[in-house]
Amino acid sequence: MDPTQSKQEYQKYVDKKSPNSPTGKNIFNAFWTGGLICSIGQIIMNICKERGFDQTTSGTIVSIILIAIAAILTGLNIFNKIGKFCGAGSLVPITGFANSIVSPAMEYKSEGYVMGVGGKMFTVAGPVLVFGISSAIIVGLLYLIFNTQAVTLV
Amino acid sequence: MKKIGKQTIKFDTPPTISECSSIVGPKEADGPLCKYFDQTLEDEFWGEETWEKAESKIIKENVSGLIAKSGIATTDIDFIISGDLLNQCISSSFGLRDTNIPYLGIFGACSTFAESLCIGSICVEGFAKNVICATSSHFCTAEKQFRFPLELGNQRPPTAQWTVTGSGAALLSQDGQGPFITHITPGKIVDLGIKDANNMGAAMAPAFVDTLITHFKDTGRDPSYYDAIISGDLGYIGKEISIDIAKSRGYNIASNYNDCGVMIFDKNAQDTHSGGSGCGCCASVFSGFWFKHLKEKKVKKLLLIATGALMNSTSSQQGESIPGIAHAVAIEV
Repeated sequence: MDPTQSKQEYQKYVDKKSPNSPTGKNIFNAFWTGGLICSIGQIIMNICKERGFDQTTSGTIVSIILIAIAAILTGLNIFNKIGKFCGAGSLVPITGFANSIVSPAMEYKSEGYVMGVGGKMFTVAGPVLVFGISSAIIVGLLYLIFNTQAVTLV
Repeated sequence: MKKIGKQTIKFDTPPTISECSSIVGPKEADGPLCKYFDQTLEDEFWGEETWEKAESKIIKENVSGLIAKSGIATTDIDFIISGDLLNQCISSSFGLRDTNIPYLGIFGACSTFAESLCIGSICVEGFAKNVICATSSHFCTAEKQFRFPLELGNQRPPTAQWTVTGSGAALLSQDGQGPFITHITPGKIVDLGIKDANNMGAAMAPAFVDTLITHFKDTGRDPSYYDAIISGDLGYIGKEISIDIAKSRGYNIASNYNDCGVMIFDKNAQDTHSGGSGCGCCASVFSGFWFKHLKEKKVKKLLLIATGALMNSTSSQQGESIPGIAHAVAIEV
């Protein structure tokens, strides 16, 4: 039968014909590599605390170190290979965020430092920033309104 | 020349493809067709500062290589008809700005090479002595314009295709001993509602089959008339779909049909998923591989149908479906 008789039928036929991403393998790799990255973060955190930093400062140090590592690996053309293997495992932790900012900055360097690097740096991370900050504000407001402890803190 | 059937043009004094030239990038050079290309590059920049400049250099050097190879004086070339994937076709116009040859820039996405052969052969049959048809594409410039930065750590779906870095150019002449372009069938736009920009093969396959069957009906030929039927860059998935659709409409092309996107890479060793794509794919594979086979008369009757996905990144983001197109060029020795 001709699968192109209607758009719906063709879409169904194409879905059947097109191989899916290897979801099982991708999820498994994302799970353990994501866990590994977070464990590395925890190790750094513990070392910081042992050296006498408080919880907040230690957290900041972890972020800085992981971002630096991801940014350097992006610059060395290594992170894209890690990302291809790990998928969400390297994308969801802060390493993915660093990569999403450094990679367009590198790509658009040819358009100059202002409009290229500056203008395009957030093309990939932009939506994450906009919706991340927006939802943080909304959650913060709700917290402020409904949590009396927060009101007393203010 | 005259129009036969619905949309086919038959030439009375068929133009000759007198010479072809091809340049490809490093990944293509690692592929199974390496030995057929005239020149292979060691890196994606070729000594330039940007990928865009590198792509312009590829088409420029390819066209000058073609002129040198053919032995025809630049002043004897009437037109260059050329195109590429970048916005406003800058690879072609920047690369060819110093040639001093009248230039027609065209866009047909990945079908551009066949489109330029169609227009070129009409010119040659009509009034021109020599016309150059050329196209180029570059993996890095295409990724930058259509997808994500190269260093972004993401995963490509199995249906995605790999844009070929390379260029192919053909010289069409009034006098010559062949191979001849005997017929052309410019295609119509076919859109069956596929929206997935990572599944171009599926979006373009219906256009391919439409042009293919129209060509057969117009000329009264059938698939067995041709030694080889070649599509531009449908990739593995598009190729399978095309065989299926053609079969359901009563045309069996499974035995003598292949796809340039399938041929240019080794899918398993090179991790190219559904195969190659881009204006340079069909152009370099035709100019490198098929033209040599036609010259040596290993293939005597060839039907080249280059396919294109007529979308851009804005239309994709706005949720539009992908209109497909396919142009057929019948080449006989």
